[in-house]
Amino acid sequence: MKLSLFITCFNDTLFPETGKATVHLLERLGHTVEFPLEQTCCGQMHYNTGYHEEAIPLVQKFVDVFGDAEAIVAPSASCVAMVHEFYHKVAERSGDSRLREQVEKLVPRVFELSQFLVDELGVEDVGAYYPHRVTYHPTCHSLRMLEVGDAPLKLLRNVRGIDLIELPMAEECCGFGGTFAVKNADTSMAMLGDKIRHIKDTEAEVCIAADNSCLMHIGGALQRQRGGVKTVHLAEILASTETSS
Amino acid sequence: MSSDKAKTPTFQESAKAYLDNTQLRRNIGHATHTIRDKREQAVGEMPDWEELREAGSNIKQRVMRHLDKYLVQLEKSVQQAGGVVHWAKDGKEANRIILDLVQQKQVEEVVKVKSITTDEIELNKALAKEGIQALETDLAELIVQLAEDEPSHILVPAIHKNRAEIRELFKEKLNQDELSDRPEDLAEAARLYLRKKFLSAKVGISGGNFAVAETGTISVVESEGNGRMCTTLPDTLITVMGLEKIIPTWRDFEVFMQLLPRSATAERMNPYNSFWTGVTDGDGPQEFHLVLLDNGRTNVLADEVGRQTLNCIRCSACLNVCPVYERTGGHAYNSVYPGPIGAILTPQLKGLEDEGAASLPYASSLCGACYEVCPVKINIPEVLVHLRGKIVDEKKRNGGIKQKTNQEHIGMKLMARAFKKRSRYERAQKLARIGQGLFVKDGSISNLPGELAGWTAMRDLKPIPEQTFREWWRQRDE
Amino acid sequence: MSDSREKILQRVRSALENVPESESPGDVDVSRAYRQEGTLTGDELVTLFAKRVGEYKATVKRIKEEDLQSAVSVSCREQEVEKLVVPPGFSKNWLPDWIQPLNDDPGEPLSNQQLDASDGVVTTCALAVAQTGTIVLDAGEGQGRRVLTLLPDYHLCIVREDQIVELVPEAFVHFEQSVRDDGPPITFISGPSATSDIELNRVEGVHGPRRLEVLIIS
Repeated sequence: MKLSLFITCFNDTLFPETGKATVHLLERLGHTVEFPLEQTCCGQMHYNTGYHEEAIPLVQKFVDVFGDAEAIVAPSASCVAMVHEFYHKVAERSGDSRLREQVEKLVPRVFELSQFLVDELGVEDVGAYYPHRVTYHPTCHSLRMLEVGDAPLKLLRNVRGIDLIELPMAEECCGFGGTFAVKNADTSMAMLGDKIRHIKDTEAEVCIAADNSCLMHIGGALQRQRGGVKTVHLAEILASTETSS
Repeated sequence: MSSDKAKTPTFQESAKAYLDNTQLRRNIGHATHTIRDKREQAVGEMPDWEELREAGSNIKQRVMRHLDKYLVQLEKSVQQAGGVVHWAKDGKEANRIILDLVQQKQVEEVVKVKSITTDEIELNKALAKEGIQALETDLAELIVQLAEDEPSHILVPAIHKNRAEIRELFKEKLNQDELSDRPEDLAEAARLYLRKKFLSAKVGISGGNFAVAETGTISVVESEGNGRMCTTLPDTLITVMGLEKIIPTWRDFEVFMQLLPRSATAERMNPYNSFWTGVTDGDGPQEFHLVLLDNGRTNVLADEVGRQTLNCIRCSACLNVCPVYERTGGHAYNSVYPGPIGAILTPQLKGLEDEGAASLPYASSLCGACYEVCPVKINIPEVLVHLRGKIVDEKKRNGGIKQKTNQEHIGMKLMARAFKKRSRYERAQKLARIGQGLFVKDGSISNLPGELAGWTAMRDLKPIPEQTFREWWRQRDE
Repeated sequence: MSDSREKILQRVRSALENVPESESPGDVDVSRAYRQEGTLTGDELVTLFAKRVGEYKATVKRIKEEDLQSAVSVSCREQEVEKLVVPPGFSKNWLPDWIQPLNDDPGEPLSNQQLDASDGVVTTCALAVAQTGTIVLDAGEGQGRRVLTLLPDYHLCIVREDQIVELVPEAFVHFEQSVRDDGPPITFISGPSATSDIELNRVEGVHGPRRLEVLIIS
């Protein structure tokens, strides 16, 4: 298939490795990946913080950039959730009926990576190799908004050499919540404290998730605490092979 | 909501103190996790739970869209059944109506069933000002009242108190010399004290969980029996109810009486449900008054997205799964309605000009656990984001210079500008990468200024890598 | 005050401006795909009811109708009940001779003090729900006015097997017509009174009968 990569502003700038991994993974599975350079940001941060007016041009841009794509894949559940859950609302606010139509046509073609692999391609074994003890944190957007279910776990279980430990109370929010992590930093940290405790209880070396936003938050605290656990995006695990891990 | 104009603290300010309260953290953490698990079990038994949620949500939607018709129908039904209906635009008016009714009976004490609505309008205070004591008969509310405290949870208002504290309180206020702290003994002490009160009460005040437009039937859902006491023993019964509590027909109870007990106390059915229709000769109160309360509900109704907030059946399931509430407790919300439902109801009832109320929609990480458990499918995250939008719009309109120079506002505007054009975006990426140099120490950023300090106060930040993804991609293409 | 009525209705109507004039309440779709009728019958149904009521810490016994009087006698002795409140219409044949009946007469109703000083009350019921272990009273014959089952500390309730339905919706259907016509007060009782406020321990018996006993007759 010809796939359009939506890297997300976040990954583009802060986590390029996740983007590279996604490209290598999809190519390894035999697909062609294109990267429309015009893309910038899905508008989630603005929208969730209440800057709805500002989100309109960003939605328009997204739709213009990806309008013709056959399938758009993004290594970010939260950004894909933004598209699926709120793009039609932003379009409504704009009062632009053409934008509404464009959004409606586009949304079904936008996929989060793990959902795309398992539900669209029907692939659960991507030929990955990652000989480490790991645990998986299901981010709220992937769990509750996109309902990816156990797609990520299915993929991870088939990674050769992996020692996958179940995360206790996995479905609890890590406390990131976008600007919540800054506006309500105290509460955010109280939540993060418990998430980290559960991660450490697994004695895993690596914590994996489908969102670098949550991983930045979890990893940031682990780093500050010299916690001895690192955070790695799902795409990078799946892209990993004998020759690259 | 009380109409006092004093500034309410923001959630952010209040939360800090409560997060440090270790007893509160322990009590509420334990309580919410316990109820959470039990609820899951109770709901797990039901093969048609999702169908019930759908029906509950639909029925409420039907009511809200035609609330005027249902209000008129309810009034007629209650009157035909021998009750009197009063309409109160706000809390002040409701209190005046109730005060008049009580004064007509020439009593100095009335017995009350727990009703958050009466807390909302501060009824007890209004009555006390005129020398009338409204005695709370719900065990937890009694505790809160004796302690001169405020409730911190919709269903379990005294959840922030442990048994030793309660024993001391009862010993002091109920004149008990010897009292153990075993829950059974504490309950017995309260029972004996209240029984005397029930038997002599002339006026009872209650809330109402549901009111049936078709028949004029009101229901009270409870566990202890004090609801039955207050709605059966006194000669006069006054029920205060928000106007959104209506359900269309008697049959609709079959949905809500399944949704509520399992969601609230994780039981198949709570001990007592009382359904009364107006007045019955020779059985219970011979005078029944229903006070219908607006107090901002019509504002919620007018907001097409916010309207679903009125579906709420006050089960508190959302509180029990909220990772924020579990750690800060109810008082941090500075509102009669705490937790996820409070974060959307309070700002809509009070208005967004109140700084404290306007901070509530941000008191959430948008995790969505609340929406998953809401028995009437209120999409709380959707309403939270919607309210955030209204708050920002309002600030832009009326915030003046203060808003224009606000860090977040400037930051958001700059980023939106950058995101609109690829060349600007790429330039911004490069600038950030250069600019971060000031903050990177030993490969990590541990100290950011201004509003971002909240991040680095407790977390490190990975610096922006030397090459962005798109720079890599371009290079790859060559 | 009727001024407030008009103001409120006006506010409601303007809040609903986006609802088309032509739409009627019935036009708002209500999906009723939940279970409306149970599938259990006979012994399974009765057994479920007995189990569920028992889980609330009520005493449950299954007996034959001809043994009812002696069963009431046994229960009253066990509970040390002598002064027993009896509602109008309750069959006197079911009462043991040695009991001191406190008959609640519509012409001469018992006072609250008398009810408070009694040892217990015996009633029939209108309906019972197996799934939730619920007894439903509608103040009818053999049940009496509400206070009779509220003040005494012990409630002995006679439930006929044919009064048991499985699911909650079946209970509400049953009372639909009578509520529309006469509006009798209806009470659902699912176990003795309880509270779980103090540290979430379930404590039985705050107000209302702390002891509930159910005799199921075939």
